[in-house]
Amino acid sequence: MHSSERRVISVIVLNEHGVLSRITGLFAARGYNIESVTVAPIPGSKYSRLTIVTSGSPRVIEQIIKQLHKLIPVYKVIEHSELVEKEMVMAKIPLEERLADVEALCRAYNGNIVNIGTDTAIIMAADEPSRIANFIKALKRFNPKEIVRSGVVAIER
Amino acid sequence: MATMTGAQMVVEAMREENVEVVFGYPGGAIMNVYDEIYKKRYFQHILTRHEQAAVHAADGYARATGKVGVAFVTSGPGFTNAVTGLATAYMDSIPIVVISGQVPLSMIGTDAFQEIDAVGISRPCTKHNFLVKSAEELPEILAKAFYIARTGRPGPVHVDIPKDVTAQMAEFNYPKEVKLETYKPTIKGNARQIKKAVEAIAKAKKPVFYLGGGIIHSNSADLVRDLVAATQIPAVETLMARGTLRYDDPMLLGMVGMHGTYAANMAMSEADLLIALGPRFDDRVTGKLSEFAKYAKIIHVDIDPSSIGKLVHVDYPIVGDLKAVLTELVPQAKEKVDPARYESWREILKRYQELHPLTYEDSDEVLKPEWVIQRIGEKLKGKARISTDVGQHQMWTAQYYPFTRPREFITSGGLGTMGFGFPAAMGVKRGVPDEISVNISGDGSILMNIQELMTAVENRLPVINVILNNNYLGMVRQWQTFFYDKRYAETDLSMQPDFVKLAESFGGVGYRVKTKEEFDAALEDAISKNVVALIDVIIDRYENVLPMVPAGGSLYNMLLEYKD
Ligand SMILES: Cc1ncc(C[n+]2csc(CCOP(=O)(O)OP(=O)(O)O)c2C)c(N)n1
Ligand SMILES: [Mg+2]
Repeated sequence: MHSSERRVISVIVLNEHGVLSRITGLFAARGYNIESVTVAPIPGSKYSRLTIVTSGSPRVIEQIIKQLHKLIPVYKVIEHSELVEKEMVMAKIPLEERLADVEALCRAYNGNIVNIGTDTAIIMAADEPSRIANFIKALKRFNPKEIVRSGVVAIER
Repeated sequence: MATMTGAQMVVEAMREENVEVVFGYPGGAIMNVYDEIYKKRYFQHILTRHEQAAVHAADGYARATGKVGVAFVTSGPGFTNAVTGLATAYMDSIPIVVISGQVPLSMIGTDAFQEIDAVGISRPCTKHNFLVKSAEELPEILAKAFYIARTGRPGPVHVDIPKDVTAQMAEFNYPKEVKLETYKPTIKGNARQIKKAVEAIAKAKKPVFYLGGGIIHSNSADLVRDLVAATQIPAVETLMARGTLRYDDPMLLGMVGMHGTYAANMAMSEADLLIALGPRFDDRVTGKLSEFAKYAKIIHVDIDPSSIGKLVHVDYPIVGDLKAVLTELVPQAKEKVDPARYESWREILKRYQELHPLTYEDSDEVLKPEWVIQRIGEKLKGKARISTDVGQHQMWTAQYYPFTRPREFITSGGLGTMGFGFPAAMGVKRGVPDEISVNISGDGSILMNIQELMTAVENRLPVINVILNNNYLGMVRQWQTFFYDKRYAETDLSMQPDFVKLAESFGGVGYRVKTKEEFDAALEDAISKNVVALIDVIIDRYENVLPMVPAGGSLYNMLLEYKD
């Protein structure tokens, strides 16, 4: 069989009733993967932009793109390989951890400490998805209580 | 511009769209619309006796006429009953618009009486659907619904209208033209691709036309006939393409696929070029994909880009409306293709045809279904539209009926919906009143929408139902015979109604026949009386549909006979 490849697909859709369920429903019905999906309105337009991270063989990826095109409210499907991708992550770190080290780590990944509560500090970082994965690995030794990832957003070069 | 209620807009929109008939069934949430139907009488409304039948009737009407079929149903159970109809139309790309009532906007999401998430349910089995949020947007949505249903790759569109929206007042401003910036089907094929395809045909040694349902939808059978005649390239038809070529066209090898002819399936298996015009490479056609048309390069013309390359690699993809593409392609092919080139290939295929033609053993003791179908063909060829239900009788009809033109054969291919035939045949009769409408059915299928006898009688839609009665869910029984050691789990239908009395109780005419003479007499009588008829034809209950490619097997590995 063909090897599975990771793909980031941006979909520009009309902001209308049920449009998100059309897209996620398509993925579910046809057995396509969704690793992450982010969605927000495009400022100053009647469209929204979804960024979907998926994987599959080249034939499956081609079908995903064609099937997305086929949905009536889909305006554009962008499958640039030249995409700049970013992802954000937030985490809660116990206050007894060495926060100076935590902060230094965050800085290396375009982040910082954003909030300090009674027993945890909230940190964030925003970087390329693969670097975010590394960041999360590195964060492990500070015993994070909770980690929240945003999913990928992307824009073509 | 006039101000009016949402309900009025619905009937006005039907008038704008030249809708002559709506099949439907009323209920609470859609009563405002029905009130306007009553007051305005712009179009005929045919009250079916089940919502599923209303949608199948609209579907049959669309298949026979090429126009958009329309059905109205109420919310909740009215809508859920209609879902099988939507799915059937969706799988076969049939243009219909189904309008359902919905609970008032303010009650949506409260589990109100007869509330169901209708657009949530219809999303995967429609081309598109709408939940209307205000009367203001209703005219545009209705115009879009018709436009989307009939353009591009056609399909069913569902419009769900909350009851309060049908009471709301707004301006009725019906768009003369619909433009959707997010939906623009490709019509014209790429000129360079067309040229390359013609070159590939001219260079091929063993080309085959693989004719699909897209030909019927795009009304391009005439162009296909022209192309086949000019190139003298043999052709196979899918179930959905039957009638593209005349049954007696010398280039026609017959139907392809699971119950296709030996010659058609062998042609696909040995070809060096498939010229696929509007098929979708369904698994019932291809069999095992890795063995399918192994030696062939593939040209595929389709209006739906997602159909191309979905299952098999395509060497010459052409996205576009088949009619537009063929209009370009046919003159080029006439110029560049030398029909003499394929002479030896035609010889090979002719030998295959002679080696294993479609055959059955006729009998003096019991009626054979194949004979019955051939007989109907002898009597009605070119003068009738033939609908079917689903099962063995459907496949025998596809194999043995002498089709002469597109839209003559009306059958549920993609979904394979038992119960489709009779209501579809009513829609066919309504759409093409001058022709005889026959439904060839099975003793299982006919009972799935038998209540439509009442609709047909009431509305004088004289459909002739020919029940090929084998006292079995025959197609399933056949699989049990072949692949389950004759363990006939729940397929024996020996317990039967009296179909003659059944027909009579609805005001139709019933016949029960066991011999050729009786069959001839019954068919004659039903035709001359012009009534709703049930002809209960007792046939050999052990007859099998052959040839057969076992599911998942290779197209060239056909069971050609079965000996007990
Ligand atoms: C609604 C529905 N339920 C079940 C099936 C599965 N099925 C396919 S053919 C068949 C048997 C049909 O029996 P009958 O109508 O008597 O036709 P025959 O095969 O005997 O000609 C069944 C149960 C189906 N296609 N549709
Ligand atoms: Mg039967």
